[in-house]
Amino acid sequence: MREFSWIIPLLPLLSFLVILFFTRENRKLSSAISIGAIALGFIYAIGLLIRQLGDNSEFEMRFAWAVFPTMSLEVGILIDSLTTMMLVVVTTVSMLVQIYSLGYMHGDPRFSRYFAYLSLFTFSMLGLVLANNFFLVFIFWELVGLTSYLLIGFWFEKKSASDAGKKAFITTRIGDLGFIVGILLLSIYAGTLNYREVFAQAAGGVIPTAALSLAGVFIFCGAVGKSAQFPLHVWLPDAMEGPTPVSALIHAATMVAAGVYLVARSMAIYAAAPTAGMVVACIGIITALLAASIALVQNDIKRILAYSTVSQLGYMIMALGLGSFTAGTLHLMTHAFFKALLFLCAGSVIHAVHTQDIQFMGGLRGKMKITFWAMFIAALSIAGIPPLSGFWSKDEIVTATMGHPVFMVLTLLVAFMTAFYMFRLIFLTFFGAPRDQQAYDHAHESPRSMTTPLQILMVLSICAGWVAIPWLKEGYSMFVYFHEPEATQPHYLIMLVSSVVALSGIGLAYLMYYKRSISADALAAKFKPLYTTLYNKWYFDEIYDRVIIKPVLALTSGLWIFDNGVIDWVVNFFGKFTIWVSGVKQWFDVHIVDGAVNGLGYTVWSFGALIRQVQTGRVQLYGFFIVFGIVVMLLIKVV
Amino acid sequence: MEISLAHYLALAAILFGIGMFGVLTRRNAVGILMSIELMFNAVNINLVAFNRFVTPADFTGQIFSIFVIVAAAAEATVGLAIVLLIYRNFRDIFVDNINLMKW
Repeated sequence: MREFSWIIPLLPLLSFLVILFFTRENRKLSSAISIGAIALGFIYAIGLLIRQLGDNSEFEMRFAWAVFPTMSLEVGILIDSLTTMMLVVVTTVSMLVQIYSLGYMHGDPRFSRYFAYLSLFTFSMLGLVLANNFFLVFIFWELVGLTSYLLIGFWFEKKSASDAGKKAFITTRIGDLGFIVGILLLSIYAGTLNYREVFAQAAGGVIPTAALSLAGVFIFCGAVGKSAQFPLHVWLPDAMEGPTPVSALIHAATMVAAGVYLVARSMAIYAAAPTAGMVVACIGIITALLAASIALVQNDIKRILAYSTVSQLGYMIMALGLGSFTAGTLHLMTHAFFKALLFLCAGSVIHAVHTQDIQFMGGLRGKMKITFWAMFIAALSIAGIPPLSGFWSKDEIVTATMGHPVFMVLTLLVAFMTAFYMFRLIFLTFFGAPRDQQAYDHAHESPRSMTTPLQILMVLSICAGWVAIPWLKEGYSMFVYFHEPEATQPHYLIMLVSSVVALSGIGLAYLMYYKRSISADALAAKFKPLYTTLYNKWYFDEIYDRVIIKPVLALTSGLWIFDNGVIDWVVNFFGKFTIWVSGVKQWFDVHIVDGAVNGLGYTVWSFGALIRQVQTGRVQLYGFFIVFGIVVMLLIKVV
Repeated sequence: MEISLAHYLALAAILFGIGMFGVLTRRNAVGILMSIELMFNAVNINLVAFNRFVTPADFTGQIFSIFVIVAAAAEATVGLAIVLLIYRNFRDIFVDNINLMKW
């Protein structure tokens, strides 16, 4: 069964090609092909997961692609517990999002192309998960970047959307540069890019620790770009210009988790190079804190969720950096489900009220029952309320910070902020009096194709984390682990503290935005500098604009002047000079060369004109010449 | 006086000279053809004379001259046909006026 798992990514690729080349005109058929392909992949992935649960061994298929004297590039697949878990998550979320898109994208002029892109994305993401070496993973890494660009800018008529697409692409490319450097370092020191060979060398101490740390940090750069970690996190909130299902699938559940997946996959490197691991953990917690603080004060429903995503990705990265493979990957999985759900709910709300600003919502609870309950459950889950799935994964992460008090305090602070901003969102959107009567009157529950995925994801948001309940004998940590399976011990104190933190966050939001007993405006006025800083997202975009973009633009315009004034002048001078030289050559050609040829021709012609006078056409004259000639010859003979 | 080879050759030379003079000077194409016949006959006299005085045993000279006569007859036929066509085209058989082969 595992030999044929390359079929899983192949199906969406075929669907992409078929839609693009043949069925684009037929919207129904296109979406059916796309959903059918991913559904088959989903079934296969479930099969693989069951197979892997029975026999948790690694399986690898590899073929040499380009063989060089020193090393060879290969293609291949590696299947282990992490791969199968990721396959199931990606196919599940992709399938549900595609079904949801049937309703959400209904009536879009580029409906078929949208599904083609989604298929291409799914192909790339599944390929990324299945790849067995750093080279192949980089190819798929760039492919998901491309599809992300295509889908963020899907409504490219909007300037902000096409700008956001470019921003996402360029920002992640900066991280990818580091990724390439990391891959090159590994290829130099390890002589191979195959995961298992590299990791065996890393664990065996064959690669010098300094080189390994450097490679680890550089590879992490790729993850920083793709998973929107500080300082390259700025693209993700802007990416919300894309269609909301895309935000759910790519910019919340799967693609942004690719960085986390990469770090998890490279765990052996960070385990062997603790310095690199510490860098990863620090970046992770900084990101989590920064993004959560920004999310506190934003008003755009999708941006809040985007910053929440950045913050949760920071969580995962931090857990991995601290060496907890299980916690990071578990949170990746649970987060994929509840964050996809949150986004799809947000899409449903936007679909209903046609605004993204939560200040103009309110009171939607009665009108959109399914959406409300789904979002409420998802918010509880991300806030970490037992026994929802988010609680168990967050618990694992807090457990992972044991022994690092600073990290633990900050993690709990982020958890508090998460609970607060999520319930600020819930209270402002669904409770209270409608603040925009027109939008409220227009609001309606979304069609079945949109609510069904919500209900399925709601179940997953509740249950997905149950695999990691610490009392289970054969829990998640016995399946997905690094090196050795470890049975998790329940830490009652941590459970208690994190629950209390989450509840107090919700409580504060309740007081501020439902009861209104604490005035949010008064707080904002009191801490005005802090509020403005947070509201302006710590001025990251402005700083980048000032420090990087403006100087680069100034440099380019300077270079343009140089190019225009100097280089073009030189080129033009040579052009004009060449024209002048050609003029001289032309004169020479016309007058000297042609003159010589014509002169020769004229000479021959005029000589012929002279000679032909002899040829009178009178036969008798010719006869006379003959006789005259003979007589002359005879005379010569005689004399 | 016995008639020697030289007499025959002299006669042939005189005949040939008259024929050549006719070819070069006659303006009438038929006259030219007749002069050519004269030259042929001068050659025939030579051939027969040489046969008689040099190799009297065999008849090569006579046979060759018979061939020449046959060829001359054929030539005269073709030549007269050409003259006839020239006359039809030009209404003229004076060769000075027919200078198609000029240049």
